Amino acid sequence: MERRSFLKLAAGAGGATALGGGLAAPALAQGAGARTLRFVPQANLANFDPIWGTQYVVRNAAMLVWDTLYGFDSKLQPQRQMVESEEVSADGLTWTFKLRSGLKFHDGEPVLAKDAVASMARWAVRDPMGQMIRAIQNELVAVDDRTFRWSLKQPYPKMLLALAKNNSPCSFVMPERIAKTDPFQQITEYVGSGPFRFVKDEWVPGAKASFAKFDGYVPREEAADWMAGGKRVMVDKVEWVIMPDPATASSALQNGEVDWWENPIADLVPLLKRNRNVNVDIADPLGNVGSFRMNHLHAPFNDPRARRAVMMALSQEDYMRALVGDNPELWKSMPSFFTPGTPLYTEVGGDILKGKRDYEGAKKLLKEAGYDGQPITILVAQDQPITKAFGDVSADLLKRIGMNVDFVATDWGTVGSRRAMKNPPGQGGWHIFHTWHAGADCINPAAYTAIRANGDGAWFGWPKSEAIEAARDAWFAAPDMTAEKAAIDKLNKEAMDFGLYAPTGFFLSYQAWRKNVSGVVKAPIPFFWGVTKS
Amino acid sequence: MFAYIVRRVLATIPVMAIVALFVFSLLYIAPGDPAAVIAGDQATPADVERIRASLGLDRPFLVRFGEWVFRILRGDLGVSIFTNLPVTRMIAQRIEPTLSLMVVTLFLAISIAVPMGVVAAWKAGSWIDRAVMAFAVLGFSVPVFVVGYLLAYYFALELDWFPVQGYTPFAEGLGPWLSNLVLPSVALGGVYIALIARITRATMLEVLQQDYIRTARAKGAGQGTMLFVHALKNAAVPIVTVIGIGVALLIGGAVVTESVFAIPGLGRLTVDAILRRDYPVIQGVILLFSFVYVLVNLLIDLSYTLFDPRIRY
Repeated sequence: MERRSFLKLAAGAGGATALGGGLAAPALAQGAGARTLRFVPQANLANFDPIWGTQYVVRNAAMLVWDTLYGFDSKLQPQRQMVESEEVSADGLTWTFKLRSGLKFHDGEPVLAKDAVASMARWAVRDPMGQMIRAIQNELVAVDDRTFRWSLKQPYPKMLLALAKNNSPCSFVMPERIAKTDPFQQITEYVGSGPFRFVKDEWVPGAKASFAKFDGYVPREEAADWMAGGKRVMVDKVEWVIMPDPATASSALQNGEVDWWENPIADLVPLLKRNRNVNVDIADPLGNVGSFRMNHLHAPFNDPRARRAVMMALSQEDYMRALVGDNPELWKSMPSFFTPGTPLYTEVGGDILKGKRDYEGAKKLLKEAGYDGQPITILVAQDQPITKAFGDVSADLLKRIGMNVDFVATDWGTVGSRRAMKNPPGQGGWHIFHTWHAGADCINPAAYTAIRANGDGAWFGWPKSEAIEAARDAWFAAPDMTAEKAAIDKLNKEAMDFGLYAPTGFFLSYQAWRKNVSGVVKAPIPFFWGVTKS
Repeated sequence: MFAYIVRRVLATIPVMAIVALFVFSLLYIAPGDPAAVIAGDQATPADVERIRASLGLDRPFLVRFGEWVFRILRGDLGVSIFTNLPVTRMIAQRIEPTLSLMVVTLFLAISIAVPMGVVAAWKAGSWIDRAVMAFAVLGFSVPVFVVGYLLAYYFALELDWFPVQGYTPFAEGLGPWLSNLVLPSVALGGVYIALIARITRATMLEVLQQDYIRTARAKGAGQGTMLFVHALKNAAVPIVTVIGIGVALLIGGAVVTESVFAIPGLGRLTVDAILRRDYPVIQGVILLFSFVYVLVNLLIDLSYTLFDPRIRY
C-alpha cells in the first residue's frame, strides 16, 4: 500500500464520521473551554528565543508574545506597531522613533526606549538587514523614556522594511535585562509586550505550549492586518498541541479535539474538505520557493555551464507534481528567483526554465563543461516530505542528462551539518542538496540569504559573482519602486545566467480549521488576534 | 539474597558506564549538527559556527565526555541544547505517560496472553489452538502503527468511545486516564500478547507431559487447578523471562505508539531529540532506559525464587 493511500485510510475516519453525522465530541474536547483555542503548529516549539533560534515555528510563537516596532500588512507595506511616530533627518542619516504610550510588558513594567534599544542591538547582530545597519551605525541610543535614535554613517532607505519584515529573526522588543543576553546564547525569561503571555509552567517541549491573553495589552486603533493594526485577542488562551503524525492531527481536527491545523499535508486535504465541520483554505498566499542548490566550489558545478545544463533540463512541473500532486491550485512554475504575485516579481532572464526541456542540449553543455562521469553527490533528507520528493525527481533528472548519481539518503539534521562542509564531495562534501524558502523571504533581497553571491560569506554552495552582488546592492540603494524593479530585473537575469541555484517551483500549502472558529486569515504566519471560537 | 541484590546493583555500575561511553561516542561520531538546526535554514555558515562554539560543541571529545561524566556522577544529566531546560525536568515531564502506557500494556498483555497460551496448550491441535496461533502470527506481523490507526478509526472516530489522541494525567481521575490509554495499550500490546502467548503455550505443552501433572490428574485435581496451579507455576520461569525481555520491545514500541496517539511520553522525547541532535537529552533518556532494563532484569531474576523454590541466591 502506498503512503498516500494508507494516510487517507488512516485519517479517513473523520470524514466518514462527519458524513455519517457521528459528530459527538470526545471526552477530551468536552472538557475544553470554548475560550481556549487548540492549534496544531507546523513543528515542535523546541526553544523559545526568536533571535537565537530562527526556525519559523519559533518566530510564529514569538509573534504572540513579543511585539514589534513595525509590522508588515497584507500589502507587504511596513506599518507602525509599537511606534507612534518616526522622523528621518533630511540627509537620511538619523532616524528618531517615538514609542506609543501605555505599552507594558507582561511583568507589568512599562516598555521604555532603552528596552527597544537593547532589543534592536541584539537583533542587529543576527539579522542580515540588521547586520547591514550595524555596519553603518553611528549610535543607537535612548533619548528619553519613549524616544530612541538610530544614527548612521550613510543613508539606509530600507530601515522601516528591516524593522517591519516578518522574516526570521524579526525585530521583537524584549525588556532590556533580557535583550542584553548574548545573541548567540538562549534567553531564559520569556517576557514580552505582545497580546499573549507565554505560560512557561505549561510548556512541555515536543507536546504543548500555552499562551494566555495579556489583559494589559493596548492594541492600535486600526483594524488588524497581518502584523499591523490592532491585535485584538478574542480568546482567553491559545494552546499549541504538537502532533508529529499528520493522520492523527487530521483525525483530531475532524473529531473536534483541536480547532486549527496549520499545515495539513496535501494527501489529507480532500478528506478534510469533505468534512462539513471543517474549513480548508490556502494558508500562506506567499507560499514557498523550492530550491535545487548546487555547490559552486567543486567540479562540475564550479562551471556555470554545468549549472545551466541542469537548469535547461529541469522541469519545475515534475518537482511540483511530485510534491503536491495534481492539484493545480497549489503550484506554479516560476522562471524567477522571486515570489510570484508580489510587486517585484520578474521573469527577466528566466527563459532557461521555460518551455520544452532540453536533455540533449544539457548533455552537450555538460560535456563542454568537462563533466567526465564523476559521481554527483546529492544529499536527500528523507524525513522531510518536500526534500524527499525533490530528491527523487532530481535523481531522475540527473540520470536523464547522463550524470552518475551518488544518492545520499539521510535526514535533515545530517543535511544541515554536511551542507556546511566545503570538502570535495568524495571527502564528506556534496554537490547538490534541496531545500525551500518561504515565499515571504523571496519577495525582495532584504532577507533572501540564498540570493547572495559573496563567495565565502554566501549561503551554502558559496556562489561568487560581483554582478549579482552589485545588482543586489542597487536594490538596497533604490530610492523608489521603479529603481527597485530595475534592480530586481538585473538581479534575476544575472542570477539565472550565473546559475546561482535552480528554483524548482512555487508551491502553496493549506490550513484547516473547525467551522466554529472564525477570523483565520491567509498569511505567512498564523495570526491569533481577531480569531474567535464559538 | 541481600548480598546477591547488592552484588547485582553494584554490577549495574560498569554496565551503565559502558552504555554511557558507547552512547556518547556514537553521538560524537554520528553526522548532524544541533547548531545548524538552531540557526535555521537561512543562517550563514558563520552564524552556525558561532552557535556551535557557544554550545561548546567545538571542544575535544575527551573534554566534553569528562564534563558529562562528572555531571552524571553528581546526578545532573545536563541541560537540553534546544529548550534550555534541565534534562531531568524534561524526563520528569514525560515519564508518567510512558510509564502509564507500559503498565497498562503489561497488565493487558499478561492478563490476555497467559490464559490464551494456557488454553492453547490444553487444547493443542484443536481449532482454539490454531486460532490462538493465528492471532499470534497476526500480532507479530502487523505493525503497531497500522493497528493504532485502525483502532482509532473504529473506536475513537466511528464509535466515539475513546479520544483519538492525547494523555490525561492520573491525577485527573482514573476514568479519563484510562480512556486515553486503552487504544494505545491495545495497539502496543499486540506484539507482546503474541510473544507471551506463544512462549506460554510452548512451555505449557512441555510441562503438561510431565509425570507430576499425570499424578495430579490421577489424584483428581480439577482442570483449572491442574492448569493454573500445578502446570502454570512450573512453566512460569521462561514466561517471566520473556516478559522481562519484552520490556525492551515495549520501549521501542512506545516510540511509535506515542507518535500515533500524540502521547507526550519519553518515546516522542527521544525521537525529537534524535532528529534535532539534542545530545544531552538523547544521552539522558538512553541512560534511563538502560537503567530500567537492567532493573527489570534484576526483578525478573529475583522473581524466579517465587516460582521455583530450588532457585536460591
